[in-house]
Amino acid sequence: MDEKKIMQVSALESGTVIDHIPSEVLFKVISILGLDKIDTTITFGFNLHSKKFGKKAIIKISERFPDDDDLNKMALIAPEAKINIIRDYKVVEKKVVKVPEKVKGIARCMNPKCVTNVEDNVKTRFTVLINNGAVDLKCHYCEKITDQEHIEIV
Amino acid sequence: MKNKSLISISDYSRDDYMQIIELAEHFEKKPVQNILEGKVVATLFFEPSTRTRLSFESAVNKLGGRIIGFTDAASSSVKKGESLKDTILTVAQYSDLIVMRHPVEGSARYASEVSPVPVVNAGDGANQHPTQCLLDLYSIKKTQGKLDNLNICLVGDLKYGRTVHSLLQAMVNFKPTFHFISPKLLQMPNEYKMELEANGIKYYEHEELTASLKEADIVYVTRIQKERFSEPMDYEKVKNSYILKNKMLEGTKSNMRILHPLPRVNEINVDVDENEKAYYFPQALNGVYTRQAIITSILGIK
Ligand SMILES: [Zn+2]
Repeated sequence: MDEKKIMQVSALESGTVIDHIPSEVLFKVISILGLDKIDTTITFGFNLHSKKFGKKAIIKISERFPDDDDLNKMALIAPEAKINIIRDYKVVEKKVVKVPEKVKGIARCMNPKCVTNVEDNVKTRFTVLINNGAVDLKCHYCEKITDQEHIEIV
Repeated sequence: MKNKSLISISDYSRDDYMQIIELAEHFEKKPVQNILEGKVVATLFFEPSTRTRLSFESAVNKLGGRIIGFTDAASSSVKKGESLKDTILTVAQYSDLIVMRHPVEGSARYASEVSPVPVVNAGDGANQHPTQCLLDLYSIKKTQGKLDNLNICLVGDLKYGRTVHSLLQAMVNFKPTFHFISPKLLQMPNEYKMELEANGIKYYEHEELTASLKEADIVYVTRIQKERFSEPMDYEKVKNSYILKNKMLEGTKSNMRILHPLPRVNEINVDVDENEKAYYFPQALNGVYTRQAIITSILGIK
């Protein structure tokens, strides 16, 4: 079943497949993982049918295996993403994203009076709080909470 | 606490609070000492706050230290567009410790991360004002002889009032019972109530001012600001309901004391000033001893 789904875009000999990305955050995921700077082939599926999300996206990265810290950054916007590591056209490892305890330089603080939004070149830092299954971010600087629905990726 | 910046009340533990209080007691007995000779403290006030600045400067002067700095951003290089980082890095070359007040929330934490010398936060917007909180703790300890198991009434703007939030967070360490007295629109935010629940601390909410005064050991009053109401009518409805008057103090406990972070507008009637339970002016003086304790412990002198 999994193999068949992966074939939906195009076969990958070796690399990483990230599935179950809500379509609307695909471009944010590309930016968080720095995929715009990778020199190997990357294919995207966009607005694919998904029972769970309505529309989902899938990313297939040839010959590259992003490390877990990078993959976990996706947790803020695509917490249900599934990662498959492919070698020789076969899934050799499956991973899910884990919500990190701290995040740095990824999201914006929603408090307009926060130093990260006022001074130039101050990277945001947050402690991640899980509140009834939702991801909230507590700002290291202004101590205000940015709730999941207001999370904006820098 | 040596060389450690003080940015948020949560930077300090219960033991740290007790250590500062003990040291403040020492300075109250002996406020003039020459122990900061040769030390330079910078007071950087990016927005004016005369009361707080004078309290810090008095604290340093009485201990023989020197003060440099500015009293508002208009008279400093900030006006010329210098970044906060550059201002801090420059001033740090001239001083042993930086006291800063800034309208931007989180600016003090950021300054402490770029500064080679310790930073004391004297207020960063609506966020934190930890030296106020420590002087409140000192005032409570001094008037009650203890910090544990007290009955504390917080009155006024509990939604936006940063002093009541910091006091609540600090007092969580001492098993108090809280009474929150405020108009509905300015109630204590949920995140603080959740913190109390997580720590097994009892709290009660009231809209009526006199409801719980008789049980109180400490009544902490804050100002209700007109600007907090989007509907002027809502303000008009509540503005006279939260004014503490002398006759309301009949039947209250003899050890009860009234605190207020000052400046006061009309939320404590002037007829209360003569009552021995009014403690807001001595509370301000305690700020000098508390700041002497904070500065000397961070500089590693005491
Ligand atoms: Zn912030």
